[in-house]
Amino acid sequence: MAGTTHGSGRTGWILSIPALILLALGAAGPLLIVVVYAFLEPGEYSGVVWEFTTEAWFRVFFERDIFDDTVTFADAHLTIFWRSVKLSVLTTLIAFAIGFPTAWFIATRPPNKRGFWLFLITIPFWTNLLIRTFAIMEVVRNQGLLNSFLLSFGIIDQPLQILYTDTAVLIGMAYVYLPLMVLPLYAAIDRFDFRLVEAGYDLYATRMKVLRRVILPIVKPGIVAGSILVFVPSLGAYVTPRILGGGKNMMVGNFIELQFGQGRNWPLGAALSLLLLMIVLVALLAYVRVTSRDQTNG
Amino acid sequence: MARNKSFSVTTLPGFTAIALTTFVLLYAPIVTMVIYSFNDSESVALWGGFSIRWYVEAWDNTQVQQATVRSLVIAVSAAFISTTVATMAALGTTRRGRFKGQTLIYVMINQPLMVPEIVTAVALLIFFASIKVATGYTGLAYLILAHSAFCVPFAYLPIRARLEGMDLALETAAADLYARPWQTFRHVTLPLMMPGIAAGAMLAFVISLDDVIITEFVKSAGQDTLPTYMLGQLRRAVTPEVNAISTALLALTVLLLTAFFILNRKRD
Repeated sequence: MAGTTHGSGRTGWILSIPALILLALGAAGPLLIVVVYAFLEPGEYSGVVWEFTTEAWFRVFFERDIFDDTVTFADAHLTIFWRSVKLSVLTTLIAFAIGFPTAWFIATRPPNKRGFWLFLITIPFWTNLLIRTFAIMEVVRNQGLLNSFLLSFGIIDQPLQILYTDTAVLIGMAYVYLPLMVLPLYAAIDRFDFRLVEAGYDLYATRMKVLRRVILPIVKPGIVAGSILVFVPSLGAYVTPRILGGGKNMMVGNFIELQFGQGRNWPLGAALSLLLLMIVLVALLAYVRVTSRDQTNG
Repeated sequence: MARNKSFSVTTLPGFTAIALTTFVLLYAPIVTMVIYSFNDSESVALWGGFSIRWYVEAWDNTQVQQATVRSLVIAVSAAFISTTVATMAALGTTRRGRFKGQTLIYVMINQPLMVPEIVTAVALLIFFASIKVATGYTGLAYLILAHSAFCVPFAYLPIRARLEGMDLALETAAADLYARPWQTFRHVTLPLMMPGIAAGAMLAFVISLDDVIITEFVKSAGQDTLPTYMLGQLRRAVTPEVNAISTALLALTVLLLTAFFILNRKRD
């Protein structure tokens, strides 16, 4: 087949062109326009004025007093960024803490039963995010399942206000993104050779030692993959904080939307979007580096 | 191997308990929602007996009807367009020697999976806003284009996986029997690819049907899809009607997923 390989590049490109055009128009191309917009003046009601300025980037981090031009840090913006990062890290940690035992449980079932347990994880994964967030809202509301449960067991005297707090957003994100942690962890544990655990025990290692020194290092690529898959969408979350956090507990995603709505500052919104995109790309690059290093080593 | 059961190498203390609790927690909210969708009471909190009145009300609500039709039109179009281009791209990028720029094609195709959806939504809002002003056209085509684009990777991945697992020998045999390239493709390659294509189309359909963020930003006035309609409802008073719509959507997703798993299992 030596003759066909020669022309395969051209055929490959030709066959991919429709997909590339579609993606250039409907996904990648418009991102370039965002880059341009981040360097323009905001229009009076919406949109932009075509004048170059780096004001939007300045306003991401700083505030200028309208009377005496003193420059201070834009506390409101930094608070929102900090909340987004904090909630995303916590979401990832919670998802790992309950996702690892779950993935372990599935991977140690008899092979013919694993499909069933995996299917149970996959159904919520493919169920509309809005529906799952909505289901959580029903659980954490004042007369919801969680409060009735705590009240009936006498743990609390009156309903806790969970809905419209950071806690609600955290519970919601951990709930909706948990399958993204379990699936890659399962894939890693499934390939794990349990004879290594046996060897560890034979060498008088304790359970904790086997877990820390044998199991965790080997399934690390799965842990990294799961953490990235949870962290990245958490950081850009929009639906979950909007529904569970109410109007006040915004995350970056909601703050970006605000600039295109009531805020009427498209350049600031564009700059914030790019900042979010850059953080995500850094996380993805770190992931590629960790996994490719593990592959060359192992 | 006479090990006592408490010292199985696959058991870690507490893991089974945590795992089973996780499964309960994962399903409790969904099951509650499904049960309350059959609640006769006006309130979302109190149980007032079994009834399907919220399904009837949702069914009779013209806004829900229009949003459902719109969601289906967009999802079917997006699934068709994305699966078609993804099939071609998968044929172009698998089972031939690596060629220059292949990585670029992969990056482009998988780009919607990497960029946060809110960023793409903002980008499309800006892009389409200027086109809407320039052309005056505010129809469904913008939503169909956006949905088709972000569905491409979901259609592409199962098709590519299917192609990579396929045996080249069958096509070589067809060519040896004097089948022309088009005949080989039509009667050998395409039928073999079909499970992958069907799986890809189904995933694209589900992904399009579920989308909230991009739709919310791209839609023109009065172009609510089912998810954006529900999001709008949530901002006001929550009625059990939303429970009913959610349950119906959930049933559709479970149905499609089951079909997807059966299709994928047949391959082995």
